[in-house]
Amino acid sequence: MADKLDQIFVNVLHWLVSFLPEALRPLASALVCIAFILMVFPLIFSLTTIFERKGLGRIQNRYGPNRVGIPFTKIRLAGFGQFLPDGIKMLTKEDVVPRAADKVVHFLAPIVMLIPVLLTYSVLPFGKNMTLADYDAGLLFFLAVGGAVEVSVFMAGWSSRNKYSLLGAMRAIAQMVSYEIPLILSAVTVVMIVGSLNLSQIVAHQNQYTCGIAHWFVFTPWGLVGFLLFFIASLAESNRTPFDLPEAESEIIAGYFTEYSGFKFALFFLGEYLGMFAIIGLGITLFLGGWTSPVSFLTWIPSWIWFLTKMMAIVFVFIWIRGTLPRLRMDQLMNLAWKFMLPLALINILVAGIWHYMAADWQRWLVCSAIIFGAYVILGRGLMANQKLGLRVYKFAE
Amino acid sequence: MSPFFIITAVVTLLGAVFAMSLRNLVHCALAMAVAFSGVAAMFLQLDAQFAGFAEILVYVGAIAILIVFAILLTRSGETPEKSVLTSGWWAGIAVTAMVFTILGWAILSSSAVPKDLPAAPVATVKNIGDALMTKYVLPLEIIGLVLTAAMIGAVIIALKEDKKDNSGGEQ
Repeated sequence: MADKLDQIFVNVLHWLVSFLPEALRPLASALVCIAFILMVFPLIFSLTTIFERKGLGRIQNRYGPNRVGIPFTKIRLAGFGQFLPDGIKMLTKEDVVPRAADKVVHFLAPIVMLIPVLLTYSVLPFGKNMTLADYDAGLLFFLAVGGAVEVSVFMAGWSSRNKYSLLGAMRAIAQMVSYEIPLILSAVTVVMIVGSLNLSQIVAHQNQYTCGIAHWFVFTPWGLVGFLLFFIASLAESNRTPFDLPEAESEIIAGYFTEYSGFKFALFFLGEYLGMFAIIGLGITLFLGGWTSPVSFLTWIPSWIWFLTKMMAIVFVFIWIRGTLPRLRMDQLMNLAWKFMLPLALINILVAGIWHYMAADWQRWLVCSAIIFGAYVILGRGLMANQKLGLRVYKFAE
Repeated sequence: MSPFFIITAVVTLLGAVFAMSLRNLVHCALAMAVAFSGVAAMFLQLDAQFAGFAEILVYVGAIAILIVFAILLTRSGETPEKSVLTSGWWAGIAVTAMVFTILGWAILSSSAVPKDLPAAPVATVKNIGDALMTKYVLPLEIIGLVLTAAMIGAVIIALKEDKKDNSGGEQ
C-alpha cells in the first residue's frame, strides 16, 4: 500500500501513456510531465502567496487575508480562496507599456525569465523514480540554466527606460553574480563526497540509516556549513529579504519590474517564486536528503510528500526571515558575499576533502568541526574589527 | 538531419545574423546570447552534456551579461541613425565567400582529416573530471593562475589610487 502510494504518479503516467501507440509514448510522457510541473508548482505558488500574506500578517500583529473562500457560499477557508480573485485581477488589468520602452525586449523579458526557471525543474528528483530528465550532469544543468535568469533581469531593467528599473537590474545582477559563487562552492562539497553530479545519485547516497537516523549531509560538519551557506545564498538568489535590494519598494519602487503591469507583472512574480521553489528543492536534494525520510521508521510516508513537506518548511523559514529582518545595504551585501561567505566556502571544500580521507570515527568529527569553528571565529572577528560598530548617533533627528 | 537539428541550426544562425546586423548594440548582444544558447543545444544533441551546460553557464550566464554591461557603461543609449552596413559591404561578402571556399576546399581535400569517422567516445562528466585532474592537471592549474592574476590586475585597476580624494564617497 505504502509502496503504491509512493509510486502513484509514476504509475498514473505509465497508465496514461499505455493508451498510445509505442512510437508516441516518449513524446506523450514528456508532455504529461511538463503539464504536471506547469500545474503543480504554480498552484503551490498561489497558495504560498496566501500563506506568506497570512504569515507576515501574524508576525506584524494583524490578520492578513481571511475573507475569501468558495464563492456564493458561506465557506471562508480561512482566506485561502484569495489566490483565485488575485489571479483574475492580474489577468484583467490593463497592460501598460511605457512609450519610450523598447517594445520587443520589454515584451520578451518575462517570458525569458520563466523559461530557465521552469527548465530547472526538469532535473530535480521530486520523489523516488520521479526525476523528469535524469542528466548525468544534473547539478551543472541546474546551475547553468539558473544563471540565464540574469539575462532576463537585464532585459526587463534596460528595456523599460526607467532609472529605477535600470538601478534594480544593476543591483539584481551584481547580487546574483556575487552570490552564485558561494552557492556553487557550497554545492561542490556534496559533489566531492558523492563523486557524481547526478541529483538522483546524490539523494541515493543519503538514503542510508544508522541507528534509525538518515545519512543526510546536513548532519556532518561540512554539510551543516554548506547548507547554511547555500541557504543564505539561495535567499539572495531569489531576491528575498534581507537581500531584496533589487526590488526594494522604499528605495527603487519595484526594481527591474517597475514598468510592468497586469499579467506581465504576474509572470515576474511567478518566475521569482518558482525560482525560489527550485533553488529550495536543490538545497533539499543536496543537503537535506531529497525525498528521503529523516528517521527510518517513517520511510512508509511517500517520498514526494517528504519532498514537498521539506520544501514548504523552508518556504516558511523564508517567510519568517522576511517578517523579521531588515534589508541590507549594498556594501554590506557585497561584504558578506565576498569577504565572509566566499572564504568560508573555500575552507569548507578543504574540510570536505579532509572528511573524505580520514577514517570514519570521532576524530574526523573533532578535526573538521575544529577547523570550521576556528575559521568562522577568525573570519567573523576579523571582519567585525574594522566595522567600528557602536551606538548609532543621529545627527539631525534629535 | 533531424528536425531538432534544423530548428537549433536556424535559431543559431538567425541569432548570429541579428547579432551582426541590428543597429542597437544591446539588441546585438541579446541576439548573440540566443546564438550561444543555440550552440549549447547543438552540443546537447551530440550528447556532449558537459560542453553544452558549460556553454550556457559561461557564455549566456557570464559573457553575454559582461558584454551588455560593457555596452551600457561605455555608450549612451542612442542608436546610430545611419545603416550598420558600410558602402563596401558587397566586397566584404565576396572576400568572405572566397576565404570560406578556399578553407573548405583545403580541409575537405586534406589527408589529415579521416574519411571514416571513429566511433564517438563516451565522454561522461566523470571522465572529463578524471582527465582534468590527471592528464591535463598542469594546463588546468596554469589557467587557474592566469585567471587569478587577471582578477588581481582588475582589482588593482579598479582601486582608487589617491586615498585622500575619496573622502566624499565614505561616510
